[in-house]
Amino acid sequence: MDLIVKNGRVIDPERKIDAVTDVVIREGKIRSVGSAPASDIPTLDATGFIVAPGFFDIHVHLREPGTEEAETIATGGNAAVAGGFTAVAAMPNTNPPNDNPSITYYIVSEARRSSPARVFPIGAITKEQKGETLAEIGEMFEAGIVGISDDGKPVMDAQLFRRALEYARMFDMPVIQHCEDVHLSKGGVMHEGVYSTRLGLKGIPAAAEEAIVSRDLILTEMTNSRYHVAHLSTRGAVEMVRVAKARGLRVTAEATPHHFILTDAAVADYDTNAKMNPPLRSGDDVAAVVEGIADGTIDAIASDHAPHHVNLKMLEFDRAPFGITGIETAVGLALTKLQLSFARLIELFSINPQKIMKVTPWGLFEGSDADLTLLDPNRHWKFDVHQSRSRSRNSPFHGWPMKGKAVATIVGGKVVYEDRG
Amino acid sequence: MLKRKDLLGIQELSRDEILEILDTAESFQEVSTRAIKKVPTLRGKTIINLFFEASTRTRTSFEIAGKRLSADVVNISASTSSVSKGETLIDTARTLDAMAADCVVIRHSASGAPHTLSKLTKACIINGGDGAHEHPTQALLDAFTIRQRKGRLNDLRVAIVGDIAHSRVARSNIHLLTKFGTHVWLCSAPTLMPLGIEKIVCDHGEFLHVTNSMDEAIEQSDVIMMLRVQFERMSESFFPSVREYFRYYGLTRQRVERARRDVIIMHPGPMNRGVEIATDVADGPYSVILDQVSAGVAVRMAVLFLLLGG
Repeated sequence: MDLIVKNGRVIDPERKIDAVTDVVIREGKIRSVGSAPASDIPTLDATGFIVAPGFFDIHVHLREPGTEEAETIATGGNAAVAGGFTAVAAMPNTNPPNDNPSITYYIVSEARRSSPARVFPIGAITKEQKGETLAEIGEMFEAGIVGISDDGKPVMDAQLFRRALEYARMFDMPVIQHCEDVHLSKGGVMHEGVYSTRLGLKGIPAAAEEAIVSRDLILTEMTNSRYHVAHLSTRGAVEMVRVAKARGLRVTAEATPHHFILTDAAVADYDTNAKMNPPLRSGDDVAAVVEGIADGTIDAIASDHAPHHVNLKMLEFDRAPFGITGIETAVGLALTKLQLSFARLIELFSINPQKIMKVTPWGLFEGSDADLTLLDPNRHWKFDVHQSRSRSRNSPFHGWPMKGKAVATIVGGKVVYEDRG
Repeated sequence: MLKRKDLLGIQELSRDEILEILDTAESFQEVSTRAIKKVPTLRGKTIINLFFEASTRTRTSFEIAGKRLSADVVNISASTSSVSKGETLIDTARTLDAMAADCVVIRHSASGAPHTLSKLTKACIINGGDGAHEHPTQALLDAFTIRQRKGRLNDLRVAIVGDIAHSRVARSNIHLLTKFGTHVWLCSAPTLMPLGIEKIVCDHGEFLHVTNSMDEAIEQSDVIMMLRVQFERMSESFFPSVREYFRYYGLTRQRVERARRDVIIMHPGPMNRGVEIATDVADGPYSVILDQVSAGVAVRMAVLFLLLGG
């Protein structure tokens, strides 16, 4: 795959590049960053666009194997590249869950066959995600996992979680926690506050998240392990991670677009597309997440792309499953709603996710895989859920006007997505 | 006539709409005293009672109200419907819509279920109680009873005592009474008082008060509303025992003496005698519990008429 990405504003905060220039790609690898001499290599005109190292969404649910009516590795991968992502990390709560190397092998090989985006599986911490005994973490690591998590099912047993932190250190993998004390959140379907009380819906208190973040940070310090907080959503959790980082703990955190944009007020009409876990929180929590993104407490933006078939989202609010799609809207929402420099945005979507998951940088280093995300920061567009490449339609952002969009996605030197407007 | 398709809650109703319902109910009350308790007002209209939760008084009350207006009333309970065969709420509703029902009264354990229905049906939807959200016709019949006894809905002191957290009756009454400028005192153990309850009304928050002391709540009150203790909640340790609950939140004759001399005592039913209310109080001179039940028929006739008539 040979290509010259011509005349874009190339930004790589890791290499301190910010210049209007060209990226030359040869055989799928980056040959050079800098003005390209005339040649007969095909070119992609990036005039007016930002050219960034490939974006990596470290929190998605591809639903394969097991729930292919909601999403597959192929459809999720296609949606990913349309959202500007060259790679995704797939959570293990498939059916059966990714708790052993044969499932990991399946995901890796199916992704190679059918997904235009790279797929890095995350393995389960415990067998069947039951929170009872450790899964075959080492064998899954050999098969290609980049982290471990029982996402959606927090490990409530503190001793077992301590063991997971210690064991994962052998492979220098992050242990990713969905922070929720399941006793405090039992039966809850939205954030506990004025809205849940007014709507008569059972609440999930902020304390359910904060109690586990707090416990895990103590264990992280004790074991000197790498700990990653998934979808941080409360002020208290943001503040605890900030303090832990200042004290030198090896902790990282991600936040989702819905948690930095929407509040629990979005549930007001019992909209099941406003039901996710962690739930949409208060305005003060949203402000804290935005502050955390700005000051570096939060390292990465991830979508928590969670497709569900429309049949399930049509149910009563209490019965509908948690989760929304988000991989096609994450970049547009971040560009529209966050007042950040492009360099910081690229750290959040590309550099830091790579560092957290320890994947070899495929960014703008000569010789590395040519994975690039091209952004048009001035493109006005509206997300149309009916045009989504995902198999599911459960987005609360249908019809939202946005400014700024991923307009081309290049994986291994191949243009896998292009939107010329 | 109400200028709305559905009656989903009290929160969104105006004072004028509420008064129109209560005034209409007054005119219908007389019908129930006739030898032939029937008027032809809703002849040819079909009302479906779709009850996903057990209910005797609300369902029967709606059924009688519809029949006294000459409507055709069909009762469906979840155990006998295709819901038990796995049909979703939405498909059930669309099916009923396709049969050209004019009105569906729904009772459901999930808050918001009537709202989900209302978006998909042509039939008007009446919320007969949804989860812990609202029970608008109960609050309307309570208001009807209070107005009959006290002559007004403003400037009263009402104590609502019991399981506020799980009570749709409490929420609907809070919205209604504070709209009219009546002081509402909510009282329960902290474990049964939901977070942010003092902020749930948008405009009239100054009329809403919260206390854990039953004596404080009922001091000088004009109305005491007792809520049912929901035994199914006992397993979650909201309070240690029925005995201890009654000690702090049971309505006894001694406690009633703190209220005004002309206090009225209300209960939405079904009652647990000896748990939240002593038998001598429930059957005593202040009790208007059975008046509430009769008011229910008149109020539901008014609601059906104002939504379906014309």
